[in-house]
Amino acid sequence: MEEINYLLFQSVLGITFIAAAAYLVFFVSQNKKIRKIARMILLVSGVLQTLHIASRFILAGHTPITSQHEAVVFFAWATTWAYLSFRWRYTVKNFGTFVSIFISCLLLISSLSSREFSPLLPALQSIWLPIHAGVSIIAYGFLSLAFCGGLMYLLQERELKSKKFGYFFSRFPSLDALDQLNNHCLTAGFVFLTLGIVTGSVWARQAWGTYWHWDPKETWSLITWFVYLVQLHQRYTVGWRGKRAAVMAIVGFASIVFTLWGVTYLLGGVHSYAK
Amino acid sequence: MPSEKILLLGVNHKTTPVEIREKIALSGGYEEPLAAMKNIQGLREYYLLSTCNRVELLLVTEAESNVEAAIVDFLFGGRVPRDECPQYLYMLYDKEAVHHLFMVAASLDSMVVGEAQILGQLKEAYRYAAHFGCTGPLLNKLLHKSFSVAKRVRTETAIGSSAVSISYAAVQLAKKIFGNLEDKNVLLVGAGEMAELAAEHLVGNGVGSVTVANRTLARAVDLAQCFKGKAVAMEELVAQLEHVDIIISSTGATEIILHKDEVKSVMRARMNRPLFFIDIAVPRDLDPRLNELDNVYLYDIDDLSSVVEVNKSERDKEAVKATRIVDEETLKFERWFLGLAVTPTIQALKEKMDGIVQLELDRTLARMPDVTDADRENLSRMVTAITAKILHDPLMYLKSESCAGRDNSDLKVTTVRELFGLQKGDNEKPS
Repeated sequence: MEEINYLLFQSVLGITFIAAAAYLVFFVSQNKKIRKIARMILLVSGVLQTLHIASRFILAGHTPITSQHEAVVFFAWATTWAYLSFRWRYTVKNFGTFVSIFISCLLLISSLSSREFSPLLPALQSIWLPIHAGVSIIAYGFLSLAFCGGLMYLLQERELKSKKFGYFFSRFPSLDALDQLNNHCLTAGFVFLTLGIVTGSVWARQAWGTYWHWDPKETWSLITWFVYLVQLHQRYTVGWRGKRAAVMAIVGFASIVFTLWGVTYLLGGVHSYAK
Repeated sequence: MPSEKILLLGVNHKTTPVEIREKIALSGGYEEPLAAMKNIQGLREYYLLSTCNRVELLLVTEAESNVEAAIVDFLFGGRVPRDECPQYLYMLYDKEAVHHLFMVAASLDSMVVGEAQILGQLKEAYRYAAHFGCTGPLLNKLLHKSFSVAKRVRTETAIGSSAVSISYAAVQLAKKIFGNLEDKNVLLVGAGEMAELAAEHLVGNGVGSVTVANRTLARAVDLAQCFKGKAVAMEELVAQLEHVDIIISSTGATEIILHKDEVKSVMRARMNRPLFFIDIAVPRDLDPRLNELDNVYLYDIDDLSSVVEVNKSERDKEAVKATRIVDEETLKFERWFLGLAVTPTIQALKEKMDGIVQLELDRTLARMPDVTDADRENLSRMVTAITAKILHDPLMYLKSESCAGRDNSDLKVTTVRELFGLQKGDNEKPS
């Protein structure tokens, strides 16, 4: 089983890189046939990631989200499926290139950290683990799509404002498409993030007897939540859209990254991953 | 020669200044003029196209008729002195007429070469003409052919997709900002030709509505009618910004007419929905600092030209290719048209029958060595008589006058040609 798990991870890594490379070739050549192939490869990568996580679940005996490596793999998995589910509904031109590179980066990071299995504290042995962690990670998946969209928006907006049309101009989708992508991903991500925090506090009540005890990760999740709340609220009340929304998506994502890594390494707490 | 001639006459943006075109543009729709044309003697088939930039009549008349004077009177309706008419009008016959029609349909004669709107207008005009029974077999064929020529040009050349002009650039930019233009509204400020052109191009790309603001309201109303839009006064400019998305400005004003602060306050009311300003006026109408506002994009004429410049040579190449297609299709149509005539059909029919008879006769006689010369004579006379009697009815059918007054010899020719398999000189089937 360990070998299978190992092989699965290596193939996930390889295939995702190939998908990103194919998307890059498509980005340069704009050949639609290549895009089709790239999509298929990414879909295969998504399936393999699912199998890999399943095999790790069997090996560990609990949801594999307790180590740094596992969390990032889960993150990549959520981003992949968020993108694939999203793509199923509508296309945003050349978005896949950015997302597949982003997923590759995540997998690369996960491959660098220890793949040891870490035993789970008895207090954490609960059905809430997969629910709380899963929902939170899915939120991260959608929010990182918003981050990719925000980056593209800023690049495209700069070309339109400066009236100097470079390499990206014709390859990027319209500003409106990117803004809508931002809106959809933020809305979906925000709903999951809220669920993640709610399930977390319910679980905390069961495990430790209080809903909230200002663990650094909880604090930072709350900060992240507020960043997105402000953005959504402002969009619907005074129309924060376009550049400001894109910047907010990037700020929110920075906050996520800090919640995911910064907290573990700098602040510690019950959420810290085993090292 | 065919018994009828094709005649095309009209005015367009190249030959006629807008003041004259305004006098003849048929704003009342197609019904009225088409009905009026019914009273002109000598027209077999006719059709009328009226757009912002052109009014054209396509007529099929008897070969020796003289309807030109009556048509010119009809077109100008006495509003232009008669001796001035010829300088504005172009009049084309047969092959040139067909060529011109194809050029128009393929959007090679348009103000914005390659714009797609003209084909839709052509189809609409044809629908009206067909609905009122003005078209016949020849025009049906000709107009359908023009649609397919337009389609061919569109698919085989990049004339429709390569950057064609400044207005094309404006559309490209608008698409990059708004994505879908269908629910977007355009505001024309000032009624210059360039602005009109850009608006036309945007409408061709599916923009929702057009509003025109102009210092003289009457001109605004006229222009708005062209786009089925509404007219507003210049004073309403800032208020209108709340409802529109693309603003094309081309007034003759010497001062800046819209300042940054005015737009800034509008953006709040718009919930920051993007605004795209196109300033094609010289000197400029719009505050250059508008571009500093979030979600506001301002392009002046120089910015647009720099976008277009790159693509000009590309476009010229495509236009040459498109013109070649039109030439080719004109030639094909001409061949079909000439083949239509009754006389050559009779000729061909006779030749074909004689050929068959002679062949069979020779074959039979070759197998009967002991037939006398007199018998040969008799046999040959017999088969000739049979041929003549067989051909009698088809020929009568071809030559007969039709009773309803409308000539349908084209239809008959087509029928006979198909029935007897006389498709020479044209390898495509008449539709």
